[in-house]
Amino acid sequence: MSGPMRDPKGATVTFSFDGKTYQARAGDTLAAALLANGVGHVGRSFKYHRPRGIMTAGIEEPNALVTIGDGGRAEPNTRATDVFVYDGLIARSQNRWPNLSFDVGAVFSLAAPMLGAGFYYKTFFGSAKRWMFYEYFIRKAAGLGNAPTKSDPDRFSQRAAFCDVLVVGAGPAGLQAALEQAEAGKRVILVEQDSILGASLIRDPQELDAAWAEGAAARIRAAGGRILTRTTASGYWEHDLVTLTQRLSEPGEVPSSGVTQRLWHVRAGQVILATGSIERPIAFAHNDRPGVMLSQAARTYVRRFGILPGKRIVVATNNDDAYKTAQALQDAGAEIVAILDARPQFSDAAAGAESAGLPVWTNAIPSSASGARHCLSGVTAIVDGQSKSWKADLIAVSGGFTPVVHLHMQAGGTLDWNDAAQAFVPAASRQNVTTIGGAANPDPVFPVTPVSNPKKSFIDFQNDVSLADVDLAWAEGYRSVEHLKRYTTLGMATDQGKLSNMAALGRLAEKQGVSIPEAGLTTFRPPYTPVSMGLIAGAGAKNAGAHVRRLALYDVHAAKNPIWQPLGYWFRPRAYPQGQETLAQAALREAKEVRTGVGMTDVSTLAKFEVSGPDAAAFLELICATTVGKLAVGRGRYTFMLREDGIAFDDGTVWRLDENRYLLTSSTGGADRMATHISYVRQYLCPQLKVSAVNVQEHYAGIAIAGPKAKAVMDALIKADAPRHMSTVPAEIAGVPVIVLAASYSGERAFEVYVEASHAASIWAACEAEVTAQGGCLYGLEAMEFLRIEKGHLVVGGEVDGRMTPMDLALDKMLNKAGGYIGATGLSRPALAEPGRRQLVGLEAISGDIPEGAMLITHKGGSPHGHVSAAAFRILEGGSVALGQLKDGFSRHGEELIASSPTRGQEARVRVVHPHFYDTAGERYRD
Amino acid sequence: MMQITCPHCGPRAQSEFIYERTVDSVVPLDAAPEQAMATLFARTNPRGVDEEIWRHTYGCRAWLVMTRHRVTNEISATRAVGPEALP
Repeated sequence: MSGPMRDPKGATVTFSFDGKTYQARAGDTLAAALLANGVGHVGRSFKYHRPRGIMTAGIEEPNALVTIGDGGRAEPNTRATDVFVYDGLIARSQNRWPNLSFDVGAVFSLAAPMLGAGFYYKTFFGSAKRWMFYEYFIRKAAGLGNAPTKSDPDRFSQRAAFCDVLVVGAGPAGLQAALEQAEAGKRVILVEQDSILGASLIRDPQELDAAWAEGAAARIRAAGGRILTRTTASGYWEHDLVTLTQRLSEPGEVPSSGVTQRLWHVRAGQVILATGSIERPIAFAHNDRPGVMLSQAARTYVRRFGILPGKRIVVATNNDDAYKTAQALQDAGAEIVAILDARPQFSDAAAGAESAGLPVWTNAIPSSASGARHCLSGVTAIVDGQSKSWKADLIAVSGGFTPVVHLHMQAGGTLDWNDAAQAFVPAASRQNVTTIGGAANPDPVFPVTPVSNPKKSFIDFQNDVSLADVDLAWAEGYRSVEHLKRYTTLGMATDQGKLSNMAALGRLAEKQGVSIPEAGLTTFRPPYTPVSMGLIAGAGAKNAGAHVRRLALYDVHAAKNPIWQPLGYWFRPRAYPQGQETLAQAALREAKEVRTGVGMTDVSTLAKFEVSGPDAAAFLELICATTVGKLAVGRGRYTFMLREDGIAFDDGTVWRLDENRYLLTSSTGGADRMATHISYVRQYLCPQLKVSAVNVQEHYAGIAIAGPKAKAVMDALIKADAPRHMSTVPAEIAGVPVIVLAASYSGERAFEVYVEASHAASIWAACEAEVTAQGGCLYGLEAMEFLRIEKGHLVVGGEVDGRMTPMDLALDKMLNKAGGYIGATGLSRPALAEPGRRQLVGLEAISGDIPEGAMLITHKGGSPHGHVSAAAFRILEGGSVALGQLKDGFSRHGEELIASSPTRGQEARVRVVHPHFYDTAGERYRD
Repeated sequence: MMQITCPHCGPRAQSEFIYERTVDSVVPLDAAPEQAMATLFARTNPRGVDEEIWRHTYGCRAWLVMTRHRVTNEISATRAVGPEALP
């Protein structure tokens, strides 16, 4: 059908729906284009697979949900009323199989009496396994569109903006307000979700019309205002921040700029909401079938798109506005067979219509619609208590108007009940927001009590919730509106209750015997309309979200083709395999070389802080739980840090480089946390200290050289006697100043060389030449792990897991006896000294290899007494060893346990031992 | 997203800041064990005004103290901390 007002001069575009090609006029919505082509049946309902058509002409459309586009551009659950056709648009209907006209799932419609609210909860109980079996079929049968499986080829951008006044909605009220503000010199942003300005002026040209809207827009722009169309204010956040979602291309369309949507963060001095209202449907039996349309939508299709959505039309209303629809439809050539006015008396508009020859019935409420799959054939109403029927192919309904108060509520505003309009309207707000126009002053209406069979009288079309479901929820004891919502899924679909809320509240209030405001209202939360996930991710999508930090020596390692391992934000070499070596073979070879000869590795990622000033020692004694002040210049020691509650959270070493200058190192994984902790102590906790604490993690690259031959390598490199264990000297290698620390994580004589990162490559090359000359090799993280486990050294995130105190880790002898460090008071809590705490132990396999992460049990089926935190092998002798945490572990040395890992299917018998498996006396550190 | 006035940089979006903790969660260095336990484990979270420690991490990196209403998010004051803010 083609309406008489359809502009014949509009450009023609071609689109397809379910594989069939149609013509449309540019500027039409997909819904308008489908109606113009006589396609009235466009979808199947969510639960019962009932045929559904086009009910609205706006974003509130609950029925005409389609998938637009192909591949990565496919956009499911798009409202056909909210997409403008373009050449080549591909649309598909949803929730039907094998096709829209013959849908196997429609058998659910016959089963509807069984499928009430809570059906799934009540029917599919039993074991989780059974539920998982049912779920497969339920998910297949019920649902909306499918999410695209391919990556979206288009970009989503984000942008921030500021303005004095943000006006939401470009209807007459919004345009007028924006014009006044802009011409008063304010920076104005005006947003409109439609593609053109004017809103109600488009369907109801009066004194103000579309031409006036164009003129107003030109004046706003001339005054410096910005107007964004196809842009929805989707969220109102704190301090007058409003997020706008702007469509730069239509769903599924190839964007000319590569950017398909833009998310705006607008911080406004003041927000004016001119968001208008949404028309309400009326509940009657089969009010969901194609051919039932909202009154203003029918008027929009006639006046804006020139499409006549029906020929024999019944109009049902409880207000005056629908008379304009009757007039518009009649002017366009339709036959108005009845106007059903729920009000008992003739209003002026009703009297006017009757005198113009229209058949007006008062005290008339529709009770049922009838028809076949694709169209409506008749309407029955109760008129003055009597049933009366008409043949019709369209019923235009108006149950009143729901002001769009979503943004006002999101802003933290409250609502008032407007009894004349039977609607909630905006009241006070704690933010700088005002509501004007139809959203503040909705038209008066007459309250309608449904007269139909509640089973087929739908209120939430998208989730197939009928009046009977509300009644059922009530009968089953759901009293609060919030419970009603969750039990029936009312208002939980993409339309978020825009059409259904008031009808449900009305029914609930009726059941409770209270007024609607007493029944309460659910909370509106952002977003107002659905927002693409890509828009929220913005430029952070497609792997740009997490950053990678590159080692200063990255290229040096990459040339050796190592196995990489992520560690914090870093990638570090895990091993340097030679030939066909596996990771384990390479790591063991490297570890053996460290035990017998010499090896070198990159330790640049360790956290490093340079702390200087007269109060440097006092500052470090707050951060570290060990003494620092007594350290002689040129000496260093192991240290650890506690949280306020006394639990260890990091460890490292502290070195006195000079009288008032220290170097603190700590773990790679905890580096950022430690940097924050240090700046917290510096700036908040003890700002009075005279100290400077600088994060030098990336300023210095670090190279560790370890093994019996490390001293010889170091002597040759610095051309001097290398420092003894836990000492430091400033030195030079090839003319470049370096800091040499003698510290050992491996258990061998070892050194760490720190050099300004820009010189890292040349110093690495010099070290590698000496190490190679001594027959040594490079080693990676895996070998380092073998070495430190065998030595019984801790790792943050492994043994130091956020639950262990210094006592649990057998570090309490090192605690600063003078106290005063952060965590000292927390550590004195009696609970931390009680028996039953997990303590650090070594584990030696009696049979089998100890699985990492295994639980420690005394017998099969017993409850765990602890777990294995790290497992490795004795490097030279072989044999599985591990570190673990065991309940009262210190007093259980010699006990036999089972290390069981059901997830890996591995098990070993273990003996509890001291956690140092290698050089217990610490003799190998010394020359 | 709130708008927070950094004492050094002026009004900025909340996304530049990181919330750290409430002032009353800090265990004083000289606290008695009972006081430390009360502070650590028995804090209340009343409706109303709260003093909070924030950090302008994607800005000047300075720490600050902010007085915020827990319900309305009204920020009545922000103040600088650190050596420069000492009397």
